[in-house]
Amino acid sequence: MRRRVIPGVNFLLLVLLLTLPWFAPPYYVELIAKILVFAIFAMSLDLLIGFTGLVSFGHAAFFGIAAYSLVLLTPHAGAVSLWIALPVAALAAAIAAFVIGLFVLRTRGVYFIMVTLAFAQMVFSLFHDTKIGGGSDGVFLNSRPDASLFGFTPFDLANGVHAYYFVVAMLALTFLLLERVLRSPFGRVLVGIRSNEHRMQSLGYATYRYKLGAFTLAGALAGVAGFCYAVLFAFVNPELLSWHRSGDAILMVILGGMGSLGGAIAGAFAFVSMQEFFSQATKHWLLLMGTAIVLTVLFLPGGLAAVPDRIRRALTRERPHG
Amino acid sequence: MDFPSFLIQVLNAVQYGLLLFLVASGLTLIFGIMGIINLAHGSFYMIGAYLAFVLSSATGSLMLALAIGVPLALIFGWLLEWAVFTHLYKRDHLEQVLLTYGLILFFEEARSILVDNDVHSVAIPELLQASIALTETLSYPVYRLFISVVCLAIAVALYFLIRYTRLGMMIRAGSHDRDMVAALGININLVYRIVFALGVALAAFAGMIAAPVSTVYPGMGSHVLIVSFVIVVIGGIGSVWGALLAALVIGFTDTFGKVVFPDYAGILVYVVMAAVLLWRPEGILRKSGG
Repeated sequence: MRRRVIPGVNFLLLVLLLTLPWFAPPYYVELIAKILVFAIFAMSLDLLIGFTGLVSFGHAAFFGIAAYSLVLLTPHAGAVSLWIALPVAALAAAIAAFVIGLFVLRTRGVYFIMVTLAFAQMVFSLFHDTKIGGGSDGVFLNSRPDASLFGFTPFDLANGVHAYYFVVAMLALTFLLLERVLRSPFGRVLVGIRSNEHRMQSLGYATYRYKLGAFTLAGALAGVAGFCYAVLFAFVNPELLSWHRSGDAILMVILGGMGSLGGAIAGAFAFVSMQEFFSQATKHWLLLMGTAIVLTVLFLPGGLAAVPDRIRRALTRERPHG
Repeated sequence: MDFPSFLIQVLNAVQYGLLLFLVASGLTLIFGIMGIINLAHGSFYMIGAYLAFVLSSATGSLMLALAIGVPLALIFGWLLEWAVFTHLYKRDHLEQVLLTYGLILFFEEARSILVDNDVHSVAIPELLQASIALTETLSYPVYRLFISVVCLAIAVALYFLIRYTRLGMMIRAGSHDRDMVAALGININLVYRIVFALGVALAAFAGMIAAPVSTVYPGMGSHVLIVSFVIVVIGGIGSVWGALLAALVIGFTDTFGKVVFPDYAGILVYVVMAAVLLWRPEGILRKSGG
């Protein structure tokens, strides 16, 4: 790791995150919850882009499939149990990722980008053109999942603060799980595939299977994010699966610096803050956003994450390595 | 389905396929020759359609709008390559995706500032307003035939350009080995600029002639972009003839899909792509080393 992060700052941020609802107005609690949902989404995509070297442009499909799963699982009257809905939604996203992965992982490089985009668009049309999920208008979630377990109800997701802590818990679980996976032999193989897939193959690893495993896991975790989104906003529409969402997720991963889970979280914060900042500045904020992206790529190769490194190098007049 | 309505569907499929070919051929050339994945290619189609709307309402004639619009698109492509894309050749695909994604946001928003976010229609030129009667109730508009004929003529012209001209030779050579071509004293950067401007002009032209039949609306670019990606994947990256074949396959799939399974037509196109990926992951006409 190039960047030295002071552990104290991380601790402070964690405390801030956990105590936020005590002092922040509900609007900000909801905004931060939304950012954390995108952070889960960005971390799951980072497993593919940053760690395995697979630039997937269709990740929103799995986010959307899980969000729709929750709505479709919820009966007309009453709520579905959280302990059933969450695993089923994540499983639905995982199965979709597995099946799509079987196809898209037959390609590589630029084909992979285009094919993931096309498959995500296929899922988008499925929800947009047919009556499965209310068509292009989307559909409301009648009631949020019920968290009661054996007659005991630990929290109530209809309560904004409880939902916030639920999202924080999901973020923590996703982070710890990915951290664990990346330390495991499986994760080591994925990083090896990113650096040199041919070498991994000649070492005897069936890289296709490892990539399929990563794609499925990333899909399932994107599903967890989609599930949280549906819980927070109680509304889903095909726009959740649109390719703009996939593009935004890539931006978050890159803003925070690829190949770092903390970076993906920071990227989600940076992206949503930028969105808020630009959209308050002008109605035509996408123009500013687009310009900012173009200029960043042109003049700052490596993204914002490389800026501290550049400044340090400029200060010490060190020559760039490589 | 009786014969006249079947014939109408076939003609529609060919027309739609050929129109998509104009967009996809530029996309596949830009990728095959310059190695750039250009997400903003659909935006050029959208820009063409809006140019047709603005220019034809200003001049009162679509033909005049085409005559002004195509050179404008060429210049626009030329400048865009000079200002932006020329810096992308040595970057990785992820950066290309990012930058061209930023361009889409920019173009869409610029469009909403300069024109607006409404749906517009463009009048068919008077000469081409007629319809050919097939039966007492069914007829086929001449304008759609005109689109097919023009697109076909462009496809043939592209074939001659690539196969038999000096520029075409440079394009083919450049797609194999950039450095070797440059070493032989050919200005490869100029070749790239020409190919890029040509690709932009083809996509914009497709948007212009499609404007009267498809109407002009925000977001028209992204739909065409994704279908064009499917075509490039099916046809094989860099293969113009693969793109032509694939565009016709997609034209027929989409048109007949809408007749047979109206709700699932949007999905059928991707099912065809999935089948091709199983059968030939590199596309049906992938050239070796191209």
